[in-house]
Amino acid sequence: MEYYLSLFIRSIFIDNMALAFFLGMCTFLAISKKIQAALGLGIAVIVVLTITVPVNNLIYNYLLADGALAWAGYPDIDLSFLGLLSYIGVIAAIVQIMEMFLDKFVPALYNALGVFLPLITVNCAILGASLFMVERDYGFAESVVFGAGSGVGWALAIVALAGIREKLKYSDVPEGLRGLGITFITVGLMSLGFMSFGGIDL
Amino acid sequence: MSLRGMLDDLEPHFHKGGKWEKWYSLYEAVDTIFYSPPSVTKNTAHVRDGIDLKRIMITVWMCTFPAMFAGMFFHGGNAMEAIAAGAAEAPVGMTGWIMSTFGGAEYWAQPGVLTSMLYGACLFLPLYATTFIVGGFWEVLFATVRKHEINEGFFVTSVLFALTLPPDIPLWQVALGISFGVVVGKEVFGGTGKNFLNPALTGRAFLYFAYPAQISGDAVWVGADGYTGATALGIMAADGVEGLAAAGQAVTDFSWMSAFLGDVPGSFGEVSTLAIFIGGAVLLAMGIASWRVVLGVFVGMFLTSTLLNLIGSDTNPMFNVPWYWHLVVGGFAFGMIFMATDPVSAAMTNTGRLYYGALIGFMTVLIRCVNPAFPEGIMLAILFANLFAPLFDYFVVQANIKRRMARSV
Repeated sequence: MEYYLSLFIRSIFIDNMALAFFLGMCTFLAISKKIQAALGLGIAVIVVLTITVPVNNLIYNYLLADGALAWAGYPDIDLSFLGLLSYIGVIAAIVQIMEMFLDKFVPALYNALGVFLPLITVNCAILGASLFMVERDYGFAESVVFGAGSGVGWALAIVALAGIREKLKYSDVPEGLRGLGITFITVGLMSLGFMSFGGIDL
Repeated sequence: MSLRGMLDDLEPHFHKGGKWEKWYSLYEAVDTIFYSPPSVTKNTAHVRDGIDLKRIMITVWMCTFPAMFAGMFFHGGNAMEAIAAGAAEAPVGMTGWIMSTFGGAEYWAQPGVLTSMLYGACLFLPLYATTFIVGGFWEVLFATVRKHEINEGFFVTSVLFALTLPPDIPLWQVALGISFGVVVGKEVFGGTGKNFLNPALTGRAFLYFAYPAQISGDAVWVGADGYTGATALGIMAADGVEGLAAAGQAVTDFSWMSAFLGDVPGSFGEVSTLAIFIGGAVLLAMGIASWRVVLGVFVGMFLTSTLLNLIGSDTNPMFNVPWYWHLVVGGFAFGMIFMATDPVSAAMTNTGRLYYGALIGFMTVLIRCVNPAFPEGIMLAILFANLFAPLFDYFVVQANIKRRMARSV
């Protein structure tokens, strides 16, 4: 139990997807103007990550990995070159289902997220989590915890960024830096704050 | 001619079309140091009060003086004790010349209060002057180009930055650090009141990650060349509180009292908890520093350290350090009083301030105890809490709106 707890904490804070690995930057920068929308997107990412990472884990372990097809009688087949393709496929399917769900039940959030909801598909934080899962040889339970933790970490980062950007509405940024420029600087300074976790060994 | 008259005579030159039009921000800065600005709010609903941003900042600046002078006194004294004990070399160059001229040949043998202060001033003033000149240059440059006022906030940023530095740091790093703090931490957002991180800590953190060798470790905390001695926190991380007594060095015995008074190695501002509290009492009494933030930091630290005491650990001695030690060692008191209460980067709502403070206290103890990479946590804890301050405000405001909506129907 303690092991899963440290894995969870580590994936939220120490290996933060957005501020330690700088993954998922596109949506991170684009949907962080309003806290409300950022919260919605954050939750969407948590849900997608918590589902896709374990599903991809199953696919990898029972279909793609070297010798994974032994249960079907093909112990010599190594399909891991199909990894990227299958992970993206799974992610796209899950996102599609979620889009329909939001459209039906939470139309406000659906409209706020707009084009960025389908773009979660190509959010590199999501694919990144699946690839990290493969690279680090996580088991099924680990991948559930890791997926949820990464999602929470990413959501925390985007909500904090949205809070800061709402505050920065009152700032007076030099002409050339307005918009994305200052946001990049903000994100850089945020990861300076997140450095407080660097070096913790759980 | 009176000062007012002189300033009034000069004023037209600085207005639009005057010959020194570009330097208006400088004129305005000098003018408002001496006199309240004549402009008043035009619309209704405003507070009439003698204290404005300028006076607030100057008050904070003055409140750092006890900590500054205590830092000079103890650093000067400790450096000379180290020299007298043969653990370090006597300084050459400027400091050596000043000291032997005013203190006699063997000035380190019997250091009095004045000699200690003088030595401390020789250590601190170059750091402070560099901070002030380089930071001031950026401040004036931005104010002139971007046509905003030169703000006294810089007095506070510069003194706080200088007070967080160890005595041995090279001056070019000081210049680099304050440049980063002022430009990236504050001016790119539009100046005082518009940033979201504490500029002094941003500069300090930048130095910490860019040049760890000169700003951490054992060799930098006493202002005499060649002396090595860990800070109290460094010793605690290795041997716990019990290890402190055994680790007595040439310059200090590491009792709780000497940590409280300031007779320990460390950065300039952080050593004397007592002097910090004197300045802090003034700030709190005048309502300039928010007591909610200070209370929050203290309670957060108290609860977290007590919790860790209860959990206990055989391998990590930091778990067993009680709260009254956390209070006096390292930069905790300095951060709690001067850094966390920065009104710009802290939370703005009253409830939010309590949570914000508690997060700082919690994170400080956590970093000190759990993170082996950093012996001190208050700097990063405050930067971390700065990131979440707007969120605390947001949720407090939302809760308030919700409560009032429920009341009105």
